[in-house]
This record gives sequence, structure tokens and C-alpha cells, in this order.
Amino acid sequence: MPGIIGKKIGMTSIFGPDGESIPCTVIEAGPCVVTQVKNEDTDGYRAVQLSFGEKKEKNTTKAAIGHFKKANTTPKRNTVEFRDFRKEFDGMVELGKEIRIQDVFVEGDFLDAVGTSKGRGFQGVVKRHGFAGVGGQTHGQHNRLRAPGSMGNASFASRVIKGKRLGGRMGSDRVKVMNLKVVKIMPDQNLIVISGSVPGAKNSTVILQK
Amino acid sequence: MADLIKLVEQEFATVRQSLPSFKPGDTVNVHVKIKEGNKERIQQFQGTVIQRKNPGTNGETFTVRKVSNGVGVERIFPLVSPTIDKIEVMKQGKVRRAKLYYMKGRHGKAARIKEKV
Repeated sequence: MPGIIGKKIGMTSIFGPDGESIPCTVIEAGPCVVTQVKNEDTDGYRAVQLSFGEKKEKNTTKAAIGHFKKANTTPKRNTVEFRDFRKEFDGMVELGKEIRIQDVFVEGDFLDAVGTSKGRGFQGVVKRHGFAGVGGQTHGQHNRLRAPGSMGNASFASRVIKGKRLGGRMGSDRVKVMNLKVVKIMPDQNLIVISGSVPGAKNSTVILQK
Repeated sequence: MADLIKLVEQEFATVRQSLPSFKPGDTVNVHVKIKEGNKERIQQFQGTVIQRKNPGTNGETFTVRKVSNGVGVERIFPLVSPTIDKIEVMKQGKVRRAKLYYMKGRHGKAARIKEKV
């Protein structure tokens, strides 16, 4: 599917014609460079590799520099492969070509946003899995308000089942939010305004897919 | 980076400029467009501004308080919303706080605000 790589800038709100407030995320998306085109003959499947964001040459491996040189461009920070970029893009996706936001999306489109959620550290089961905790504060509860409760059964099993939801590291996961509406596109500034929220912190990388 | 958000909000900057400047303590008359079916009419809400929140952003709101039939009524308006027809500043008040939450507990003589001269 066609898509583009971007950077999350932040959130704001925009008012619709009837005065409804639309919460929006602003993303600086593109311009991305096509750094590799994969096809059925050589790779077994069709895909397009896009790269976005600048990176210093001294922080890039020689292999990567060579890869970017093939596409006649400078080293980039993020590289993402998009499988089956649609047919209508065939003429446009050539090695070294630039893909801009207005090539991929128009206002009113619906897209999926992929990002890395904010890291939450070690969290208990109430926050991490939505457990209810132990009922109320009274009836003898002392320090078990947010405890997970029973782990399992005694005689049968006699062990904790694999996959039991427990406390642990939360966040920093790849999260996809589907069907977000494109409210506005500002091609001059490479900005796209999407209705709703997008996973991740400000300045984090976001992949937008159709 | 914040500048890029400002760019997105720019389309509402003209709305902001068309509104008069007012502060907490001022008495304002807010004309709000109300849609009833297909008809649109204008409702007025007059009272004291007791706070302005999130200034400078699209999410800026202000709270107007009035006492209607002995009952305190507070209404929160988004500043740059298209439902706001106009804002009239009736009186400028002299206050020493940005948020006049202390007005909530007061009525009658105690709820007066000195006028700016």
C-alpha cells in the first residue's frame, strides 16, 4: 500500500464549519526519497523502499552510504519498505525520485498511522492490562488495592499458565491506529493534519499508510 | 517546532484579531450563534470573565459567569470558534488575579468588581 514517513510535530484543534472542535495531530511528512524498488523478478515481491530525514555521514555505516549513493541521495535517518505501492505510482517510483505528501494523500482521505507508543516503564496489571484491582478500600484491604488477585488453580495445573497477564514493561510498542481522516494538507511546508491522535511522542517517527 | 503548529493554526489567526481584547474581570456580552433545525439565531450571554485558558492556541477558552435569578451560571466558550458571532466588552474590571475563582463563592455586594478608570 502507498504511504509516507513523517515526524510527529504535536497536536492542536481545528474548528469545523458548525463550530465543532476537531482534535488534530500535525505531522511533518516527507519529502521521502525512493532508495530501492523491489520487483517480482529479482526480489520475489513488489515493494518500494522510502527514506526520510537527514543523518550525518559520519554516523552512517559505509554500507548504508553506498546504498543511498545508488539512489543519488544523502544518508537518511529512517528507511521503511512499503509493499505493493499501488499501480498508479509506477511511473513515479523510480530510484532516487522524491515522493511528497500531496502525491500520496488528498484531503478527506482515510489513513493508518503507525508509531512507537510512549514508554511507560514497569507498570502493574491495573494500568497495563486494565484489571479492576481488588474491589474497595474497606473490608480488610490493607495494601492490595491494585493487586492482580489469584494466579490460577491449585490441584489442576498447579502452575501458572503461560501467557498469564502480569505487570511488566509497558509502552514503546509499535502501535497502528486505523482510519484517521486527513483534515488538511499543506504541501509548501510538507505538513499533514490528521484528525485524532497518533501514537508516540513529539519528534518521533510516524508511518502513514493508505 | 511549535512554529509549525502555529502555521496550522494561522487560518484562525484572523478570527482572533477580529475579536476585542478582554481580560479576567471584564464584563462582556457574548453573541453566540445557535442552530435550531435549519434556522440560526443569536443568543446573548452577558457576564464577568473569570478566566482565560490555553491562551495563544486554537484551544483557547474563556469562562463567563453571571447570576441569573439568584443562581450562578458559568459558560465556557472556545475563543476562535465560528459559533461566536461577536464579543462586546461592556466594562473593564480592575482585578489582581488571572483566575477569579473566588467569585464563585460570592454574591451580592461581595461579588462586585472595581471598574478600571
